[in-house]
Amino acid sequence: MVNSLVSITDYSKEDILDILESAKAFEAKPDRSLLKGKVVASLFFEPSTRTRLSFETAVVRLGGEVIGFSDAATSSSTKGESLNDTIHMVGCYADAIVMRHPLEGAARYAAEISPVPVVNAGDGANQHPSQTLLDLYSILKTQKTLENLTICIVGDLKYGRTVHSLIEAMSHFKPTFRFISPDELRIPEEYKIFCKKNNIPFTEHTELNNNFDDADILYMTRVQKERFQDLMEYERVKNVYVLHNDMIQNTKPNLRILHPLPRVNEISMDVDQNEKAYYFQQAQNGLYVRQAILSKVLNCKIND
Amino acid sequence: MEKELKVAALKDGTVIDHIPAEKVFKIVSILQLKISGQLLTIGNNLDSKRLGRKGIIKISDRILSEDETSKIALIAPNASLNIIRDYKVVEKRALVLGEEMYDVVKCGNPMCITNHQNIPTRFKVIQEDGTVRLKCRYCTREILQDEINLKKK
Repeated sequence: MVNSLVSITDYSKEDILDILESAKAFEAKPDRSLLKGKVVASLFFEPSTRTRLSFETAVVRLGGEVIGFSDAATSSSTKGESLNDTIHMVGCYADAIVMRHPLEGAARYAAEISPVPVVNAGDGANQHPSQTLLDLYSILKTQKTLENLTICIVGDLKYGRTVHSLIEAMSHFKPTFRFISPDELRIPEEYKIFCKKNNIPFTEHTELNNNFDDADILYMTRVQKERFQDLMEYERVKNVYVLHNDMIQNTKPNLRILHPLPRVNEISMDVDQNEKAYYFQQAQNGLYVRQAILSKVLNCKIND
Repeated sequence: MEKELKVAALKDGTVIDHIPAEKVFKIVSILQLKISGQLLTIGNNLDSKRLGRKGIIKISDRILSEDETSKIALIAPNASLNIIRDYKVVEKRALVLGEEMYDVVKCGNPMCITNHQNIPTRFKVIQEDGTVRLKCRYCTREILQDEINLKKK
C-alpha cells in the first residue's frame, strides 16, 4: 500500500500534527521547489472549482507540474473506460493522483489499485480529508491549540461529511461538542456512539440562539433543501439556522466562525465584517494544507 | 429416526442442517452448488421442532473452507454443520464469521462504487452486542444482518 490519503481516519494524531506543522511552514513560505520534476495528475470526474484550483495551485507553487481533467465529460470515462483502467493508465505518467469522483468509495478503490499515492479530493458524500485538515489548521491557528475546545456544529449534521470527519479528527484532542440541527438532520447514532466510546462530552439542540455563547468554534454548514422529504419542514427550519451579527455579541472573544463553503444564506452578510468571521481565511488555509498533504504523500521533506 | 437416516445416507462429505427454510437456496447460491459436480441432496420444508420448517443440504466429498463456513454463518447463523466420514459424524463445526466478507454481499448504498463498476465487494464484519453489521470497505456505509443482499453473479 502506497502513501495515500483517502479518509481522515487513515491518519493518526501524529500524522495530523505533522501535516499541520508543515502547513505552517508553507504559510510562512508558500513558494518552494519541493515538487520540482514531479507530475501530479488532477482527475476531477465531477467539477469542483474551489478544491481543484486549490490543489493545482499547491502543486504549481511547489514547482511541480499538473496533468489531468476538470470534468468527466472531457475524460475517457465517457467512452466507458473503467476507473480501474484510468487509474492504471494515469499511474504510468504521474507521481501522485488527486481525485474527485461522484461515487462513494471510488477513492479507496483507486488507492488500492494505484501504483502511486492517491489523495481523495472528495468521493461523493463519503470522505473529503483535505477539507477536514484545513478545518483543523484553521482551528489551531485561531485558538493556538486543538486541545480542550468547545466546538458547536450547526446545520446538516446527518449528511454533512465535513461534520462527520471533523468529529473523528477532533476526537484526538479532548473536545466538547454541541450539535445544533433540525430534527430531520440530527447527528447519526453511530457518531454519538463514537463520542461516547471516546469519552467526548456532547449535547444536542434544535435552537441556534444562545447555545454557543461559551463556544470556541462555531462550525456552520448548509441546510440543503434536497435533503428534506417534507418541503414544509424545510420552509419551517431554513431561517432558524441563519447566523446574524447581533447573535454573536455575547460570545467569547476567541470565538471564530468556520464554514466549509459555499454558503447560501446560513450566515448573513453582516457577519462577514465581524472579526470573528473566519470562513474566507479558512478557505485560504486550504492551499497550505494541500501543499502539506502533497509533500507528505510524495515523501518530500521541508529542509528549513 | 428419519432425520438420522438421511444424515447417515451420506458416506463422506458435509451436512448443513437446521437451515431456516427461506435461506436454503441462498446457501445453495453462495456455495455455488448449482455448478458443482458433487452428489447433492437438498431437502426443504422438513418438519423441525426448533424452526417449524427447516432445510438441509448434503454435499458428498466436499469439506467446506473457512471462507465458505463464514458465508453460511452470515446467512444462517444458527444452522449446524457436520462433517461426515464413512457414514459417521466426525466433526461438528461451529459457524464462525470471518473478519471480512469478500465479494459475497451487495452494498446497500446505490451510490457505492461497487454497484457501478466491476469491483469485488469487501465488508468488515462487526460483531457487537449480539448483532452483526457489515461495513463497506469502500463507501464506509454499514448494513445490518437482516438487510443483507447477496451479490448476483
